[in-house]
Amino acid sequence: MVHRIERAALDSLFDSLRRRGYVLKGPTVRDAAIVYDDITSTADLPVGWTDEQEAATYRLHKRNDKAVFGFSASPYSWKKFLFPPILKILTARRNGKGFQITDTAHAADSGDADGKKYAFIGVRSCELNAIAIQDTVFKAGQYQDVQYRQAREGIFIVAVNCTTAGGTCFCASMGTGPKAPQGYDLALTEMQDENDHYFMVEAGTERGAEVLNDVEHKPARQHEIERADHAINVAAQKMGRTLDTANIKEVLYQNIEHPRWDATAVRCLTCANCTMVCPTCFCSTIEDVTDLTGTQAERIRKWDSCFTMDFSYIHGGSVRSSAKARYRQWMTHKLASWIDQFGTSGCVGCGRCITWCPVGIDITEEAQAIRENHIHDKVPMTTKEEHDGNT
Amino acid sequence: MVHAPEVDTNIVESGNPMLPALYQIRRFRRETEDTFTLELESRGDANKFTFAPGQFNMVYVFGVGEIPISISGDPANSKIIIHTTRAVGTVTKAMNKLRRGDTLGVRGPYGTPWPVEEARGQDVVIVAGGIGLAPLRPALYQIIANRDEYGKVILLYGTRTPTDILFREELEQWRSRLDLEVYVTVDRAMTGWRGNVGVVTNLISKASFDPQNSIAMICGPEIMMRFTTAELQKCGLNIDSIYVSMERNMKCGIGLCGHCQFGPSFVCKDGPVFNYSRVKALLLKWEI
Repeated sequence: MVHRIERAALDSLFDSLRRRGYVLKGPTVRDAAIVYDDITSTADLPVGWTDEQEAATYRLHKRNDKAVFGFSASPYSWKKFLFPPILKILTARRNGKGFQITDTAHAADSGDADGKKYAFIGVRSCELNAIAIQDTVFKAGQYQDVQYRQAREGIFIVAVNCTTAGGTCFCASMGTGPKAPQGYDLALTEMQDENDHYFMVEAGTERGAEVLNDVEHKPARQHEIERADHAINVAAQKMGRTLDTANIKEVLYQNIEHPRWDATAVRCLTCANCTMVCPTCFCSTIEDVTDLTGTQAERIRKWDSCFTMDFSYIHGGSVRSSAKARYRQWMTHKLASWIDQFGTSGCVGCGRCITWCPVGIDITEEAQAIRENHIHDKVPMTTKEEHDGNT
Repeated sequence: MVHAPEVDTNIVESGNPMLPALYQIRRFRRETEDTFTLELESRGDANKFTFAPGQFNMVYVFGVGEIPISISGDPANSKIIIHTTRAVGTVTKAMNKLRRGDTLGVRGPYGTPWPVEEARGQDVVIVAGGIGLAPLRPALYQIIANRDEYGKVILLYGTRTPTDILFREELEQWRSRLDLEVYVTVDRAMTGWRGNVGVVTNLISKASFDPQNSIAMICGPEIMMRFTTAELQKCGLNIDSIYVSMERNMKCGIGLCGHCQFGPSFVCKDGPVFNYSRVKALLLKWEI
């Protein structure tokens, strides 16, 4: 059942969430970018702002309307709240010849310090898919990330369906948008015409429906629903990029020695920007620090990137010392081996890696270049299924 | 000293797999110039530590770091954990300075085991290079403990020089047994060495095994494993009967940090022991 709420009612929706104990996180303008941070009212949203995105290009522009969600992917993603960039996992304190360990990962960022949970405001369909992918990485295996599990539990998600596509977006190709299919409590579609500014609203959960009940709403009319669906369909057709995913795993596995990797490596600065902005990249490292007296030590988990030399270091050197090997690892993992590891692609088509690459390397262009000039290695990489078949 | 098992309580309550349990060094033994063996016992209650040959632990040195190290002890002994490693990086060099009574953090055991069970009824060919003998020793212990259930058991071992030979006394004991074939070779001989000189693959022709009914377990540098697997296949061993143990950078050991990826596999949880058919194509490429 689709409802309609007026733009003015969005503030009462935020109020309802706050009354229920949620800490609101949502898009806001800071440092000439739209970032995700604390928001208190709809005035904190990027009212009347949009973004221009192209390879290696990100600019904010004023819109000629008062849209609150009239932009595409932020340089931030929700993963910073669920999988904090820096997390102290333990402290160890010396006692005599030994030491004692205290678990510190739990007290960390899972909502506010007093146990409040986050409400994420304005989660796009690609981002919902990214959260689902990280759920699989961190919560579905034999060993689980306890901090992630705790932070993720009970998050309230207000999704926003995209009615305009960004210049580097390709969620339609990846089957991850622009309309949020599930995984939200409430989903909004922002609509405007000359006199009206309103949202189509769908509740995806029981508690989403409860929050909606706190807000003045009415059933949407058929023509309003059709108009919103049309706007989403137009966005799907106007994606800035496309990526052909047919047999993508086989295409990449069979082209580990493709000359394109050398060409891209000449451009790649191995700066790790793509991995930092990617909403699904999950790699981390651990830093060990001690105080000056040497009595207390900490282990601090930090986001890491397969583009660093340290990432693959074993005694004697880095396994992936060339830029070629590191770019190949990142892209092959994202689009191919992720499928073997977790059952889905690691890419949701949000375009962040294209926008934020300082030299504008474009994953869609790279995948296409390899596909078009398929060389097929003499000894192709084998997939898990092929392996499982002969043992 | 009785130690309050604070950490053990935390592990039980939180289920946080990143928290190590505390172990005390019971014995520090120098093996060769740059390798050493640590015998560890739990600082908590008399909790048992069981593992399968080929598995590894994440071992934490206070304030320095945590690294994966294969377990080199006897799987039948659940009271102590034995690690043999080379002092080569920051953490192992710090470990090299520890002594009896010092404490380490241990998480594990992790990873896939050698196919010791599957090998029952077959000949077993174990090929080790350098420190690669350490993760294979538990397999040998288990096979020797159930010697009747295996066909021929062969150990081929190569090191750089005679002074780099690991577990020398044990090798000599095994070599004196009539139900084991043990061959050792060194890259560079020195005065007094009367044994083989050359790469470990040269030893394969000396060993007598039935290639149609054998399992091979190999651990050493990747280049050594590539040549050894090729040589074994030339002898008629099926690729599915060959297993190798891989090494990659690891920060977590439990499939979360992403560091140990090797194509579609995580070396920490899909390995470190792999059937060779699974990794051959990637081992033949550079910088995977």
